[in-house]
Amino acid sequence: MAASADVIARKRYLESTGSRRFVRFWGDFVRRRPLGTAGAALILVMIAAAALADVIAPYDPVKINFADLLQGPSSRHLLGTDPFGRDVFSRLVFGARTALLVGFVSSLVGCTVGLVLGVISAYFGGRVDTLIQRLMDVLLSFPLIVIAIAVVAALGTGQGLIGNVIAAITVPIIPRVARVVRSSALSVVRMPYIEATRSVGAGAVRIMFRHVAPNVFAPYLIMMTAFLGQAILLEASLSFLGLGVFEPTPSWGLMLRGAGMQFLEQAPWLAVAPGVAISMAVFGFNLFGDSLRDALDPRLRTG
Amino acid sequence: MRRYVVGRLLLMIPTLVGVAILTFVIMRAVPGDIVALQYAGSTVPQSVIDEQRHILGLDKPMWNQFTDWMGQIAHGDLGQSLWTGHPVVEEIQIRLPLSIELAILATLFAVAIAVPLGVLAAVRQDSWVDYVIRVFSIGGLSMPSFWIGLLMVLFTITVFNWAPPLIFTPITEDPAANLAGLILPAIAVGYRYSAVSMRMTRSTVLEVLREDYVRTARAKGVRESVVVMRHALRNALLPVVTVISLEFAFLIGGLVVTEQVFNLNGIGKLLVDAVAHRDYTMIQSLVLLLAAVFVLVNFAVDMVYMFLDPRIRYA
Repeated sequence: MAASADVIARKRYLESTGSRRFVRFWGDFVRRRPLGTAGAALILVMIAAAALADVIAPYDPVKINFADLLQGPSSRHLLGTDPFGRDVFSRLVFGARTALLVGFVSSLVGCTVGLVLGVISAYFGGRVDTLIQRLMDVLLSFPLIVIAIAVVAALGTGQGLIGNVIAAITVPIIPRVARVVRSSALSVVRMPYIEATRSVGAGAVRIMFRHVAPNVFAPYLIMMTAFLGQAILLEASLSFLGLGVFEPTPSWGLMLRGAGMQFLEQAPWLAVAPGVAISMAVFGFNLFGDSLRDALDPRLRTG
Repeated sequence: MRRYVVGRLLLMIPTLVGVAILTFVIMRAVPGDIVALQYAGSTVPQSVIDEQRHILGLDKPMWNQFTDWMGQIAHGDLGQSLWTGHPVVEEIQIRLPLSIELAILATLFAVAIAVPLGVLAAVRQDSWVDYVIRVFSIGGLSMPSFWIGLLMVLFTITVFNWAPPLIFTPITEDPAANLAGLILPAIAVGYRYSAVSMRMTRSTVLEVLREDYVRTARAKGVRESVVVMRHALRNALLPVVTVISLEFAFLIGGLVVTEQVFNLNGIGKLLVDAVAHRDYTMIQSLVLLLAAVFVLVNFAVDMVYMFLDPRIRYA
């Protein structure tokens, strides 16, 4: 039943071209994948919050106000205030910017570097392949958080050093993507059309990036959505440990760190609100990524 | 067969050497060494600082430091912690039981909910049961486990007026107190890790249910529950076992944040402290140890695979 619906959708999708193909694809996606659509909606809410933060947030997220310390949720402060009197709701809204910035840049860079390494590895094979794969094995044998901590420690942390946090999250993404891309690309490089391209005299770089890379785009896209969520989660964990974003930058992980832990009993909203924000954001990306995987490539399993 | 095993074991060496080199280089690239940190802000003359560096061997060329360290490792000696001066092995021995116990408890919890729910989701594919289970599992992947931990503490405090003990009791002294300290972190971490195995169980069971021998079993009138439990699940569990084992290897050193929330003194905390103190020998040994555990578990999984599934033959 479900399989035949997939086939019909696929056929209709292949028959249409250009912008109609795009509209068809998303039309089908919304109609047949309610979970994925819910995820996309969550992502859109988050993007809107980040883009319109200045309009939505009722207060300045970094302004300290000693008159309103640790206030509970009320009509004046929707989600209460923290021990510096800063409005929690405003900090949450601005925190969406930090989360999206870190998540998007690190998963884009990580997945792209992984894509390039995976394609090179599959195309050349032999010694190049062995070398790259051994290197990826080395990176993979560290727990994710451990390698991120090591990179942060090496580059240093502090205010305004958000680029280092991004780098720390990018590094562990690379080997995971490279491995999946390599295995998809291995079957592509054996295709007759690659042989044909080579026989008309195309160079290695051209074949790899004009002919092989576009054909492993589906796993690339899927992993990018999945890692976007994971990157947001990792940023929260690093900030929570004090190794990520620094005060006074609004960051969800950071909000959980200090006050969330310390005032757990007196001011539970400080711990609940940022956690809900993190979970919803990551949940959105995970739901969307999952459905995108089913829609783009039903055979692919990333575990 | 024997050639394969020996080959795999030999291949671990370059991976571990790579890990060793990488950690070594990364840590030396970090600005500030342990001596600079110890005397930060004090007015000790430079000569004292230099002497301290000399005692710790930090004034030698990088290359010598690395070969010295490799030589020590080859003799089975992990060296002394630069920070506490105690042997690294001792420091690790104190924390390892806690980390291993937590990893075991979390894995048990994860398996106990992942396998039944994964099978249920597969059997009821595309029904509301499937949707609820999938949302539950994606939720596990989405919530930071340290936040789940915080919420659980908040919940037990407000509802039962009970908080997990602040001091860890070894299981040999008082199993009940030991369990009281570890049960919440084990659930928080186990929920997250169950999500991955649950999804794996679901997709492999779905795949196996389409196999010919399942159709044969159904055709000869075997009850559906027996088909699922005996024919499908048994064959579907192999990849699940892999996922679970690899997660277990990660859990030993990867629970940095959860340990922080529950004030547990485990391997993860030891590692973060060592990074903060620039305790080179401690970091290098720990990372190498964790990588070795991971590589060995990986290898063990492949061996178990071969044992469980006679169709797999490595050449």
